[in-house]
Amino acid sequence: MTPIATIITPTAPMLEYDFMRTAFMASGIAALLAGTVGFFLVMRGQTFAGHALSHVGFTGATGAILFGLAPLAGLVGFTFVAGIGMGLFGEKLAERDVAIGMMLSLALGLGLLFLHFYTAAATQAAALLFGNVLGVDQAALLTLAVLAVASFVALGIIIRPLIFASLESELAEARGVPVRFVSTAFLAIVAIAVAECAQIVGVLLVFTLMVGPAAAAQNLSRGLMAGVALAAALALAEAWGGLTLAYYSDWPTSFWITALSGLVYLASLGVRFRAR
Amino acid sequence: MSALSFDNVTVRLGGRDVLKAASFDVEHGEFVGMLGANGAGKTTLMRAALGLAPVASGEIRALGRRATRGNSQIGYMPQNRGAIAGLRLRGWDVVASAAIGARFGFARLDRAMRREIDWALDEVGALDLAQRGIGELSGGERQRVLLSQALIGKPRLIMLDEPLISLDPAHQRNVVEIARRICDDLKVAILFSAHELNPLVNAIDRVLYLGGGEAVIGAVDEVVNAPVLSRLYGAPIEVVHVGSRYYVMAGDVDVEHDAHRHDHHAHGAHA
Repeated sequence: MTPIATIITPTAPMLEYDFMRTAFMASGIAALLAGTVGFFLVMRGQTFAGHALSHVGFTGATGAILFGLAPLAGLVGFTFVAGIGMGLFGEKLAERDVAIGMMLSLALGLGLLFLHFYTAAATQAAALLFGNVLGVDQAALLTLAVLAVASFVALGIIIRPLIFASLESELAEARGVPVRFVSTAFLAIVAIAVAECAQIVGVLLVFTLMVGPAAAAQNLSRGLMAGVALAAALALAEAWGGLTLAYYSDWPTSFWITALSGLVYLASLGVRFRAR
Repeated sequence: MSALSFDNVTVRLGGRDVLKAASFDVEHGEFVGMLGANGAGKTTLMRAALGLAPVASGEIRALGRRATRGNSQIGYMPQNRGAIAGLRLRGWDVVASAAIGARFGFARLDRAMRREIDWALDEVGALDLAQRGIGELSGGERQRVLLSQALIGKPRLIMLDEPLISLDPAHQRNVVEIARRICDDLKVAILFSAHELNPLVNAIDRVLYLGGGEAVIGAVDEVVNAPVLSRLYGAPIEVVHVGSRYYVMAGDVDVEHDAHRHDHHAHGAHA
């Protein structure tokens, strides 16, 4: 190798490492799901509910660690149950800021208590709160893939009634759409997407993959399916871009993903207001 | 068989009889304007006809069938709550989402469906408007795009809940004209609720007036007069008829106009 090449690539090409290939696959899967599900979350004005679900996931993950289980299992289990619970209590509750805010503080507090009882708290807490995509192992990758496929299938089944109920719930009800069932099923899917995202960027930064790309896509596109596809593509680009930048800069992956997500969103605002 | 028939229907909501043994028939192909004060039950009546409000007693039949949810022969436009007014989504996509929205599974929009959506939008003169973002349209333009949704599925009865709300007089006239044309061209019955009679008076065949749980249907002059309205409002009402305009007065207050202003204000606060 010439000295110059050594300076440009301080280490070997990143895809030669197993953990990097796993990280690319895991973040890719989570990003595609988060971008797609996030599009509907933004359209329905339920982004805060998504944020709250991630905090419930924190409680689940720390609880799982305390009892010697895999954090991912606790994360998925808790968000899923909480998502269904929110759905059953109805849209009114899921949209109520105070109730959701209280729930997420309580969840974070409980998580903190669980960590207190667990000795190696600091590293685990950092990984849960801010993500640890490089720590994803093969078993976790398989879980993420299976859950993502199940979520996409479920979303495909409810997608038409979901869009209808999101845009015009009264009309949907009159046409015989089971609105409550659809919104509960959707929140269950959101819960899975949140759990996947939390694995990549951490529970505190779930917004960056769920909401950022989706909101940007809605600024950039007037189409429905085009908007969904764009949200998924942006989320994927941000996740992979963040991972690549982290590899070469040695700064945290989650930082780069949030930075890219923020930049893309700002740029989309610029495009939207210039188009006026 | 009527398009819509209420036979001794009582609808109770929150312990109050919104409709008390109400009976009336809307015939096929007629354009009926529905009036009444705020809270008189206009929206509830439509929801009951759609199978969405519980009927305590009596029977509602829509197009010869007992009223149940999901009757595809009824077109409906609920009051615009302004939720989609903030979206940038194309109007066409909103209409398409409604057209295909009752189906589970990843249903594709086939060519026949696309053609029907274009036809419905064209029928209300909104084919070009529908290419723009739903949130980028004016209130009147958006109302027309949403109105097209009530035409999809070849309905034989269309119920429009306050489609004139917060529209300026020009757009109000426009929406009423479109409704009249739909009624004539497609031979469908239309039930059109409004706060004020005057924007509708030259277009409708009959008027359905609600008040005190009662429903009275008939030609405008048979219903909009002092004895009938005094009974419905439960207070002395005077009707002043000037040219082709009607003023419904309680004491020296214009009842309909005040109701309209009040609601307009509430609507603004909501949005």
